[in-house]
Amino acid sequence: MSEEIQADVVVDSRGATCPGPLMDLIGKIKTADSGTVLELQTEDRGSKKDVPEWLDKAGHELLDVVDQGDYWSLYVRKS
Amino acid sequence: MSERIVIVGGGTGGTVLANRLADKLSREIDDGDVSVTMVTDDVDHVYKPIFLYVAFGEREVADARRPVRELLDRRVDLQIDRVVGIDTDAQHLECQDEPEGIDYDHLVLATGARIAPEATPGLVEGAHDFYTPDGAERLRDALAEFTGGHLVLSVVGAVHMCPAAPLEFVLMADDWFRERGLRDDVDITYTYPIGRAHGIQSIADWATPVLEERDIEVETFFNAEEVDPDEQVIRTLEGTELAYDLLVAIPDHRGDELVKEAGLGDDGWVPVEKRTLEAKEAENVYAIGDTADVPTSKAGSVAHYEAGVVADRLASRVRGQIPTAEFDGKTVCFIESGMDEATFVEFEYGKQPVMRSPSKFIHWSKLAYNESYWLTAKGLL
Repeated sequence: MSEEIQADVVVDSRGATCPGPLMDLIGKIKTADSGTVLELQTEDRGSKKDVPEWLDKAGHELLDVVDQGDYWSLYVRKS
Repeated sequence: MSERIVIVGGGTGGTVLANRLADKLSREIDDGDVSVTMVTDDVDHVYKPIFLYVAFGEREVADARRPVRELLDRRVDLQIDRVVGIDTDAQHLECQDEPEGIDYDHLVLATGARIAPEATPGLVEGAHDFYTPDGAERLRDALAEFTGGHLVLSVVGAVHMCPAAPLEFVLMADDWFRERGLRDDVDITYTYPIGRAHGIQSIADWATPVLEERDIEVETFFNAEEVDPDEQVIRTLEGTELAYDLLVAIPDHRGDELVKEAGLGDDGWVPVEKRTLEAKEAENVYAIGDTADVPTSKAGSVAHYEAGVVADRLASRVRGQIPTAEFDGKTVCFIESGMDEATFVEFEYGKQPVMRSPSKFIHWSKLAYNESYWLTAKGLL
């Protein structure tokens, strides 16, 4: 299922230290059009918790979380 | 024919790089085998960290500026002009004033970041900033007149220069109002886009109890969508509102339009291989400093260390050697925790910094560094 998701924008935050994957995602989402699908690539385990938490508050949709082996892809649709 | 290295931008990254290249390749430049050209549209080099101190009346805007020519090695050809187009196939720059343009063999983009308050409705009219000379002076005057009410520091731009600065501002403001006997009449709130007080976990862990002790309110998951300057209210993407009397914002940031127009990066930042700093979309193009889209801070120290790496790599290239220098993500940031104490952090890609207790000594080191920064720009420190 997840392999079928085609991201319009890839946010590569692998190895991100500062300001971190969620901040990178917020920065991209703010300039994306409604309906845009973003793929956040992250090595930070904490992203699996803090990204869905923020998406819930901001009203965007988490489509899937895919374990890619050495990183995770979080697929998000901007509301 | 000589090999032409062209640097666009005269900030920290561009200036350090030009001077490092002039030093490393002095023989080749003197022999006419290599040329190093810097193109910048500002006759002055600007050291932006001074603006934070300007806001509290501790420094003047003039302290942040020096003529770029005075900082550059005589071997660097300085052209005061604005690059308006990049043809990465022809390896050619189109300039505003120079009709012939400039050809390059190796191009380094160090065009930096600018604040974009216009990206958030109401922010231009409703908020102050300390990231520009005019903004810092206006904020200085507003703070001097502010004797009571709600001071809000809101991090609006998720991607912004100097990620420690918002924390520094509220900690300094707390101390500054205490020293002036006004703190009981001033409420301070700090807002941050994600669910903790800073993007880096260990900084957030350090800052959270400090902010609480200092009676600074913290609002997390707070992303300003618009500001109503008449009502003096911030409304967020998350559906909350916050009233203010004096708003200081860290606005969204943008890279140079030039980057986008040249097809080197969609949002003004240049995607690069994070260790070599080579642009992903074109050959013989590098990006350093705020321009480079790397997973660490947009900070002067990053520009400084990246410049050293690119200088080494370019020197190897022009000598026909295999470049081996790589950028490991080294970042060093002072964090002022009041008007007379500071700490600092040091980290690299994928690593968390270790927090140290703030001290007067580190604060004095920061003030000393503000003076000795000009040696960094000259490539000496």
